[in-house]
Amino acid sequence: MSIRELIELSAAEALRRITAGEISAAELFDAYAAVPDELNAYLWRAEPGAADGNGAGAGAEGPLAGLPLAVKDIFCTEGIATTAGSRILEGYVPPYTATSVQRVTDAGARILGKTNMDEFAMGSSNENSAFGPVLNPWDKARVPGGSSGGSAAAVAAGLAPWALGTDTGGSIRQPAALCGIVGLKPTYGAISRYGMIAFASSLDQCGPLTRTVTDAALLLRELQGRDDRDSTSVGIEGGVELPSREDLRGLRFGVPRELGPEAEGIEAGVREVFERTLRRIEELGGELDECELPHSRHGISAYYVIAPAEASANLARYDGVRYGMRDPDARDLTGMYERTRGRGFGAEVKRRIMLGTYALSSGYYEAYYGQAQRVRTKIAEDFRAAFERFDFLVTPTAPTVAFELGSKTDDPLAMYLNDYCTVPVSLAGIPAISIPGGLAQPDGGGPELPVGVQVISPAFTESKLLDAAYALEQAIGFDARPPGFGGGEA
Amino acid sequence: MQSELSGILEHVDRIQSLDLSEVEPTSHVVALENVMRPDEPRPSLPRERALEPAPDPYEGAFRVPSPNA
Amino acid sequence: MSANLDGYEAVIGLEIHVQLRTRTKMFCGCELSFGDDPNVHTCPVCLAHPGSLPTLNEQAVRYGIQIGLALGCEIAPRSIFHRKNYFYPDLPKAYQISQYDIPLARNGRLGDVRIHRVHLEEDAAKLIHVGESGRIHGSDASLVDFNRGGTPLVEIVTEPDLRDATAAREWLQLLRSTIKAIGASDVNMEEGSLRCDANVSIRPAGSQELGTKTELKNMNSFRFLERGIQAELERQVALVRAGEPIEQETLHFDPRTGTLTPLRSKEYAHDYRYFPEPDLVPLAPTQEMLEEARAALPELPAQRLERYQSELGIPEAQAKLLAYDGELGDYFEAAVGAGTEASATGIANWVTGDLTARLREAAGEDGEVHAADSRVTPQAIAELVAMVEAKQVTAQAGREVLAKLVVEGGSPAEIVEREGLASISDSGELEGIVAAAIDSDPDAAEKVREGNMKAIGPLVGYVMRETKGRADGGEVTRLIRKQLGLD
Repeated sequence: MSIRELIELSAAEALRRITAGEISAAELFDAYAAVPDELNAYLWRAEPGAADGNGAGAGAEGPLAGLPLAVKDIFCTEGIATTAGSRILEGYVPPYTATSVQRVTDAGARILGKTNMDEFAMGSSNENSAFGPVLNPWDKARVPGGSSGGSAAAVAAGLAPWALGTDTGGSIRQPAALCGIVGLKPTYGAISRYGMIAFASSLDQCGPLTRTVTDAALLLRELQGRDDRDSTSVGIEGGVELPSREDLRGLRFGVPRELGPEAEGIEAGVREVFERTLRRIEELGGELDECELPHSRHGISAYYVIAPAEASANLARYDGVRYGMRDPDARDLTGMYERTRGRGFGAEVKRRIMLGTYALSSGYYEAYYGQAQRVRTKIAEDFRAAFERFDFLVTPTAPTVAFELGSKTDDPLAMYLNDYCTVPVSLAGIPAISIPGGLAQPDGGGPELPVGVQVISPAFTESKLLDAAYALEQAIGFDARPPGFGGGEA
Repeated sequence: MQSELSGILEHVDRIQSLDLSEVEPTSHVVALENVMRPDEPRPSLPRERALEPAPDPYEGAFRVPSPNA
Repeated sequence: MSANLDGYEAVIGLEIHVQLRTRTKMFCGCELSFGDDPNVHTCPVCLAHPGSLPTLNEQAVRYGIQIGLALGCEIAPRSIFHRKNYFYPDLPKAYQISQYDIPLARNGRLGDVRIHRVHLEEDAAKLIHVGESGRIHGSDASLVDFNRGGTPLVEIVTEPDLRDATAAREWLQLLRSTIKAIGASDVNMEEGSLRCDANVSIRPAGSQELGTKTELKNMNSFRFLERGIQAELERQVALVRAGEPIEQETLHFDPRTGTLTPLRSKEYAHDYRYFPEPDLVPLAPTQEMLEEARAALPELPAQRLERYQSELGIPEAQAKLLAYDGELGDYFEAAVGAGTEASATGIANWVTGDLTARLREAAGEDGEVHAADSRVTPQAIAELVAMVEAKQVTAQAGREVLAKLVVEGGSPAEIVEREGLASISDSGELEGIVAAAIDSDPDAAEKVREGNMKAIGPLVGYVMRETKGRADGGEVTRLIRKQLGLD
């Protein structure tokens, strides 16, 4: 098979062929390793021929049979530099590997490279990386979304069959939507966070970015599970079933008014694709109705208090004492802290650390952090109430298609508002998947770009979620590839 | 930076208007309790590995400017 | 050391940190260090590498619950951990995982002091100031050793119920022996497994309001604690009498010079921005956990004190000495249970009196020797006491026997035999010596006959010398008087 043919295979399809002896895992690995990365998707890449040397035992054994995998540079990988997209960790080589990565490499996966990301996972466009932005393979003048922009772009552009990412407020789902691929954020606690560089501890989750829903299920199956090094991990009881549903008969889908097509800021093209998807759900036999998540309109406010607050504490360890960058010109201890962090962190990270510190400070804690955590309780309650009437909720993943590089960097709040469909789900800790719904033009014209549809389900119901998403995916039949696929022109 | 932060705070301040006095703040997302580890030793890092990433290792320790300097 | 506080009353509270005797650290599986080379007990967790997460040590929790129960506290049905945020090189995460407003245990009592709270937290690493030899860019350097970082700690905070420095020392000794009895810690102040800070203020005697308090830190022995508190009380009284205000500050007591100096504390005016630790889940001790912890508690010093006084009739001062020192109490009990005729009060007397004094002498400059470590077995001391009580030897002879036991060990009966220390029970022999005494000093004899009892001294002395103290003093006096025709 040619490189092009190899990299067009979904992971499941590749697995089938490897198992059947038609192709080898090594040639698949080398094909991917050879694709030129014109998107700045990777911060580090394995050489072709490196399949057997990195991150796993000898031989292509196990359920993942040697399949290559891209890993967001937020996961610690022993012996491989890990930066979290930040200057402050430039050159840092972890002495250990994240449990999630270890699980998949123990299952046979091979690491293709570490993907670029918004610094410390703070961003929705991958423009906050200290190592340059990632470009969207559908239009290189546009963003791929973030913070797992590198992973999403790599999967969409044929630089990897699938990738690991992390999602705190939408950082898997939104880039998946903007790049036309599948992205799943599992229930909080489904996958171990040990070794996953922390941004917001009560929100961060590892998840797969893939070409198909089946691939997402395959990867999730290996990732999930309780880890005794992560006290907040529980795994998914009963494991993960591979999806097979052919229709949506007997399933009830709710469309939250606050996050639906009439919500503020949704582009016309996104609305259209979304509504078409709703029709498809009905065609498949699903029942549709409107519902309310009254407190979800406060999701962004609550999120942008809680996440920065936790981040301000999680990022305090980057002080130049034990690893990472230390400013060489510091004359005293305070100077060392200030100069190291002043030079090592980018603007968005500093902004959030300041916000977070403020939200936790004496006299403000109750009004900010305390109040935000109450809003969070209400948001979770809203979802629970909705799930008494519905099996799933469905929303657009993001309000717009991929926007132009630099178009929102001057207005952080506008950037934050990208997340308002994804953030309430994160606050509630429940699972959601984004699948491509179709293509649409941005408001004001331009190329046709992917639109993602988000399906949400109750905690720990990933198998059912994947099943329904699969049926919908099959019916939608999205098979477009970006012009930048395989390193070609975009 | 200042004006950006003010803008964000203004948006975030919206939650102040909500009356949530009867609501419990979420402090833990998973409904778990008593997750503990047995008091059994696990291998520590060999010292060289622990000091490898250090910006200023010295005599087996991490050197820093003195807090009293 | 009673406080002459010039009409003012001392108000003292203690804040104690105890390092637990677990095998591993509070939040990771690294072993605890005992003077090992720096940084040999570290891992990504206690070095706070990116992506690392804490996991709670179940034995630390057990010890925490036991300490809470031993201090008569209510164990919280649900408690959580908090992050206490500040920057310092000995704090790798730049936050300490501790407990804030929902601690493990509250509202207890030990002796006369109420316990405000008991909670779990992790210790910081060790900072060694290198000074001159470590000049970098012209400034001094420090070295950080993370072996200690993450050691499990229990923090105990009392209400300000103590009223003088001596009481503070004694109470701390009681706390120490209580925790030692549980086995939760070595509670050694010199080694740092028991650390005590004191909050000190004064107020006019009889007032209910609290004055400004200062904090005394880093007192690493019981004596220094007592002296430091006393010095601070005196300093505050002097200030108040001079009409000066008392600054709320943290002070260090230098025992060599007896002076108090303000510490430029890393914690002054600090906002720790506490928030619940999201990486750990709540602790909700089950009935089982509580019962198991309670059942594993040995008899505690406060209980012993009560028992020694009410059941054994030991006077309070001696009972305290025996009850508050777990090993001494065990020694005492072994002696009482040794199957001799000795009375418990007698044994208590000898153990807390002569034995302790002799052992202290023998230890000399080097400090304490514990009875349990000495050559005097509980059996031996009990036998000795029995012999004295049965008047087989005089008390004085008994002390000679004790001196020998301290040096060589062995059995009191053998020593008595060997040294010929048995009381003279043969009154014929004694009568003869008494007669010789009277003959040797006719002047004294005459004075006694005339009614001057003070003059009996030399006669008794003669007999005691001749008998090498083996005669019972009362019996000797009786015989002298009889031979002089007085009774």
